Amino acid sequence: MSIQVENIHKQFGAFTALNQVSLDFPTGELVALLGPSGCGKTTLLRVIAGLETADSGRVVLEGEDASGTHVRERQVGFVFQHYALFRHMTVFENVAFGLRVKPRKERPNEAEIKKRVHRLLELVQLDWLADRFPAQLSGGQRQRIALARALAVEPRVLLLDEPFGALDAQVRKELRRWLRRLHDELHVTSIFVTHDQEEALEVADRVVLMNKGKVEQVGTPQQVYEHPATPFVYGFLGAVNLFHGRVDGEHVRVGEAVLPHDGRDAAHGVDVVGFARPHELDIVTDLASPQGVEATVARVLAFGASVRVELDAIAGTEGQPRHYEVVLGRERLAELALTEGQRVRLVPSQLRVFPREAA
Amino acid sequence: MSAATLFNPTRQTRVLPGFGLSLGYTLVYLSLLVLIPLSAVFLKTATLGWSEFWAVVTAPRVVASYKLSFGASLLAAGINAVFGLMLAWALVRYTFPGKKLIDALVDLPFALPTAVAGIALTALYAGNGWVGSILEPLGLKVAFTPLGVLVALVFIGVPFVVRTVQPILEDLETELEEAAASLGAQRWQTFTKVILPILLPALLTGFALAFARAVGEYGSVIFIAGNIPMVSEITPLMIITKLEQYDYVGATAIATVMLVFSFALLLVINLLQAWSAKRTGRNR
Repeated sequence: MSIQVENIHKQFGAFTALNQVSLDFPTGELVALLGPSGCGKTTLLRVIAGLETADSGRVVLEGEDASGTHVRERQVGFVFQHYALFRHMTVFENVAFGLRVKPRKERPNEAEIKKRVHRLLELVQLDWLADRFPAQLSGGQRQRIALARALAVEPRVLLLDEPFGALDAQVRKELRRWLRRLHDELHVTSIFVTHDQEEALEVADRVVLMNKGKVEQVGTPQQVYEHPATPFVYGFLGAVNLFHGRVDGEHVRVGEAVLPHDGRDAAHGVDVVGFARPHELDIVTDLASPQGVEATVARVLAFGASVRVELDAIAGTEGQPRHYEVVLGRERLAELALTEGQRVRLVPSQLRVFPREAA
Repeated sequence: MSAATLFNPTRQTRVLPGFGLSLGYTLVYLSLLVLIPLSAVFLKTATLGWSEFWAVVTAPRVVASYKLSFGASLLAAGINAVFGLMLAWALVRYTFPGKKLIDALVDLPFALPTAVAGIALTALYAGNGWVGSILEPLGLKVAFTPLGVLVALVFIGVPFVVRTVQPILEDLETELEEAAASLGAQRWQTFTKVILPILLPALLTGFALAFARAVGEYGSVIFIAGNIPMVSEITPLMIITKLEQYDYVGATAIATVMLVFSFALLLVINLLQAWSAKRTGRNR
């Protein structure tokens, strides 16, 4: 089922949680709402679910305005960060809850309930836990039960609020993969909220980046990672190196140094901030080279497939960040033969610049 | 240390130290304060022959007092369970001006000397009191009737249910209700299937405490009860009456019956509570 939100505005006292947000979630996709805490992503999810009402704007489910519909009539499955399982009920009864509270006319009979609950428990691969109580399960198991419970009422949309937020890293990774597979099986339109960029990029078909109650960018994981639309997205998705400078024709002048740039959004003489990912920086040992920002090698972390080099900025370069991070291939590191404390130049192979005010 | 001593089955090491000490302390303390005085009641009663004992404790006036005492106490505890829950709900779930004041007011029946409460209630519900003067023309006599006893017992039992349910209610995540609603549950279904089962153990505790307090209550009741034989005499009053007649053995005999009866009821409530606590997945 498709979901549209139109001009949603939500205010909590003086705090604007959602500022005229409009989004379109197409049928069958798994979309991530990504952003730092307090960016409004959970509020948006709760507004779509009907657990929160927007001050203005519309929520349209399958072409129908659902803004006035109560959560129990919206047919949305909601999964909470802290599971919200009913602790006085067994796993079976938890999953059966949505079927048992249906009006008598629609309620399936006991045999049918049993069949459906077991099918759902098999789907989440926890059929063997049917008679346990939630307190006896691990976090990952609880969240899978919560998902089975939400799916029991055959929701038109599945909404997940930081579903893996309370789990440890190992389980998190496993459940991520599992959620992706489950979605490929069920194809129910799903939206999940997360503050973990890796999670969003790995699992979702599309990512919606939010900041301060506004949508910053919408796109596939590849689009938003490779072509961030705003400085915020650049900074939020992965490690990044910043260069404050001024556009000077083909180049960006950073203090004494000169850097090439991608040429977008940069009129001559404008103060800009340049962004480059660690793998987009190269280290040049020739200090006489005309290009690049000077820095000192602080540490070389030579484990793993690629090598990370941490560098300190030269003291006295005003307004610049203190540290840089560069990722190199092993061969390149061998070529450079860096020593700690060595002075080098950093040259970006790609530098994305944004006017200073926007950053 | 050798493997033999490490795995010696007779010597269990506990994570929490001092089990022996705390158990011993508990037993001694309870014996001194509760068991010895109470067993004195039984010993004194034992000086009475069986038939005499039976005659004392089944005297019609005494039996009528049991009915009133236990009946009114159970009813009062029941009323307090329902309205105490509502009170706790209002205090936890909503914010309103004067909330702190009302919260403090709940404990007042604890602090007030019971005689004061009794006199205040009597003054209010007597035929010439504020409330009594309204109710009596309607044919509802409260003061000096069993109904008056009930009113006094409800009054003194208010804090128990509120104070036992309140913390559980505060811990109850609103997410549970949201989850139930998103699964299509009506409000009433959410309350009966989700909230009430979780509150039940605490509710039962509050009920048991209110009941125990009501059974033993004396001060507030005697003023409003009117103490009409066979109608509005409570069992504690029967005991006092016997004492005033220097019939110590008779008094302890009735006390024994009260003790056994109360203990049995409290035990049943405790078992119920343990059962429901287990059912709600706690103690696991």
